Amino acid sequence: MSVLTPARGPQSIYSINPVAKLAASLALSALLLVTIDWVSAAVALVLESVLFFWAGLSPGQFFRRTAAIWIAAPLAGLTTLLYGVSAGQTYLQFWLIHISDGSIALAVATVLRILAIGLPAVVLFATIDPTDLADGLAQVWHLPSRFVLGALAGLRLIGLFLQDWRQLELARRARGLGDTGRIRRFANQAFALLVISIRRGSKLATAMEARGFGGDVVRSWARPSPFGRREWLLIAIGLVIGVVALVAAVLAGSLNFVIG
Amino acid sequence: MPGPTPVPAAGPVPAAGLRADGWGWRHAGRSSWAVRGLDLVIEPGERVLLLGASGAGKSTLMQAFAGVLGGVDEGDEEGSLLVDGVAPAGQRGRVGLLMQDPDSQVVLARVGDDVAFGCENLGVPRADIWPRVAAALDAVGLDLPLDHPTSELSGGQKQRVALAGVIAMQPGVVLLDEPTANLDPGGVIEVRDAVADVVRSSHATFVVIEHRVDIWLDVVDRVVVLAPGGGVLADGVPSVVLRDRGAELARDGVWVPGHDPLEGRPARGGEPASGRVAAPDSGAVAEAIGPDSSPPRVRATDAADAPVPVSTGLLAAHGLVVERVPGSPVAGGIDLTLRAGRALAITGANGAGKTTLALTLAGLIPRAGGTLAASAVLAAGLGRPRHDGAARRRRQQQRELRERERERVRRGDTPVGAAGIGASSPDQRLDPFEWRSGDLLTRMGMVFQDPEHQFVTGSVRGELEVSLRALRLPQQQIDERVAEVAGRLRLDGLLKANPYTLSGGEKRRLSVASALVARPRILVLDEPTFGQDSRTWAELVRLLAEQLDRGTAIVAVTHDQAFIDALADDEFVVGATAVLAPGAGRGGVAE
Repeated sequence: MSVLTPARGPQSIYSINPVAKLAASLALSALLLVTIDWVSAAVALVLESVLFFWAGLSPGQFFRRTAAIWIAAPLAGLTTLLYGVSAGQTYLQFWLIHISDGSIALAVATVLRILAIGLPAVVLFATIDPTDLADGLAQVWHLPSRFVLGALAGLRLIGLFLQDWRQLELARRARGLGDTGRIRRFANQAFALLVISIRRGSKLATAMEARGFGGDVVRSWARPSPFGRREWLLIAIGLVIGVVALVAAVLAGSLNFVIG
Repeated sequence: MPGPTPVPAAGPVPAAGLRADGWGWRHAGRSSWAVRGLDLVIEPGERVLLLGASGAGKSTLMQAFAGVLGGVDEGDEEGSLLVDGVAPAGQRGRVGLLMQDPDSQVVLARVGDDVAFGCENLGVPRADIWPRVAAALDAVGLDLPLDHPTSELSGGQKQRVALAGVIAMQPGVVLLDEPTANLDPGGVIEVRDAVADVVRSSHATFVVIEHRVDIWLDVVDRVVVLAPGGGVLADGVPSVVLRDRGAELARDGVWVPGHDPLEGRPARGGEPASGRVAAPDSGAVAEAIGPDSSPPRVRATDAADAPVPVSTGLLAAHGLVVERVPGSPVAGGIDLTLRAGRALAITGANGAGKTTLALTLAGLIPRAGGTLAASAVLAAGLGRPRHDGAARRRRQQQRELRERERERVRRGDTPVGAAGIGASSPDQRLDPFEWRSGDLLTRMGMVFQDPEHQFVTGSVRGELEVSLRALRLPQQQIDERVAEVAGRLRLDGLLKANPYTLSGGEKRRLSVASALVARPRILVLDEPTFGQDSRTWAELVRLLAEQLDRGTAIVAVTHDQAFIDALADDEFVVGATAVLAPGAGRGGVAE
């Protein structure tokens, strides 16, 4: 199992077209980025939390996958708290640090918003199989198959990069170049990796061409990329959560446009 | 393996004929033609073995027939090349091509998707693709689920998946460009059998390039020998061509059955090395490393240059445990000694940990347990130990392991002492992993399995010089040594070339040369003979025999029985934990 061939599960989330996941996540983010206030973000987060039960991840997987967001959100919040626009009563002031009612509200809004946008994105992307995504991008969104499949095939080389890097490191030590400065060695080794990667890439391109890739014939697709009611439903859920969150903010009078 | 299953619709697809008329190709930026003046007709349905010295343009011809050689900006073309009477570029799908490198033959992440890839590109309707995929996988004898990750396949399996992808396209011609060059002997047989099955059940024309003739002799009905630089040297029934041209082909590097690449002369013993050293430089060689290097010079590397009596122990492993990934040892309980002037072959099944053992002996990766210690001769003149990230991490790990070991003993569990995990050598300094890269250089030479991983500069000369510069030798000495090694390994005409543009045999020679140039006491080689033509093979064997005569210890991970027979004094079978005399059978312990 790897990034290229992630686990497949029985839940329907695994079989939903990746393009729909991408669209739902984009729609939700776009709506939540209209305003920066705690009400809309909190409403969205509550609605999403219910849906995470169907996300196809166990609690352990969920927190492992989203760990980066749980770390990033409070850090961003702390920064906002200390340096955010001050308004209302000031509680602490030291040099550039300025904690006030305004910065507290903004900090809370920031933390909630990062979670509300980041968590669903990570959860939806965790169940995306790159091959299925490529199928969707080419068949549903009709992006040029040349680029989509080229990128997909290139993705496979990333695993080989790591092996190559390790080999290059050993070779440099064996050749007596292991004692030089770390930065110079790194630059030199990175260049060697680039050369090897380009060569591998061009060999792969030839192999793909030899199998008829990039010809004039209209390509067929071995795997269907269905886009039906479930996909529209997922996008609708994304939109509804975003709209409900915005309406709640309007009703609560907390709407705070990011632009304007 | 299931019996040959006819690929559906293989019958209706007519075999294609190939034709070259005065054809030639010159790669962009090159002054000489890869192929020139070639006239060749291959009739539909023929099974042809294409031979020729390396550099005769065989691969270029194959790529041209497959229509993947590129357009005018990739090179100059003359004459004409036809597939079924039409230019190859308009014949996508009529010609299937399988190349050498298993890693770049596989395109997609899952077996089924990869086999289907070619069919998709040809616009085959979805309903027809999956039956074709199933039939093709069956034809190459692969019984794997369609969603099996391609990254988990062995080299031989990858080539079979790629072959399945080719035949699923139902081409009129299948071209195989050294499909087994990067595989171990098991993989070679696996792929050959798959091809033989496919050939038997298909009507397509087959053309295979390979320098190991015996592998394909039963499969082909015609042999064509290309002349270097263009033209056809010989053409006909395999038995006749091999009878008439066998000696000539063998000289050009083709593995002809019944022709010993060493021409009956044993590689080792008897002949003093000087008899085989390239004439103009042999004096310099003897002066530098021979026993009578009279005026004692004063420089740091002198100690490492001095000869030692044959069989002097250089590096000893006791209860050695090796691992690639920390915490998961692959082989243990290894006892062996590397001795001056003796060759040790490391053999064993795939995945037994042979390469890991070689890298550990060469001081490149840390051992997991047991001891590995240089003798006084090898350790003489060692500088201070390395102090980089890898060494620090390793020391930390060892402390933890020792701690855990102590804990286990305290609890009264069976000590892992048998495997030696966590035990440390009497003197940490004697473990090659602790040495600085510069100290390693004159003591351990490592020749990696893939020569490309070893290249660090942009020219052949640069490759040969880089280690000598790291040793801070004077320029005159650098020039001498480079000239000697380059002459000896026929690289002197290529000093300005980019290492990546060399042929497979040249790359191998360069990788060996660049390790030898620093004159290491111990030379470690990982599968040095994989995919080499018989000429390079024989050169390699003779060169290594010379090194043995000079007192270098040699360790080679290898599957190559002929190589073992020619060179090895001892054989260590990883997994069997005993050093055997080669040919002594599994019972005879030599050490």
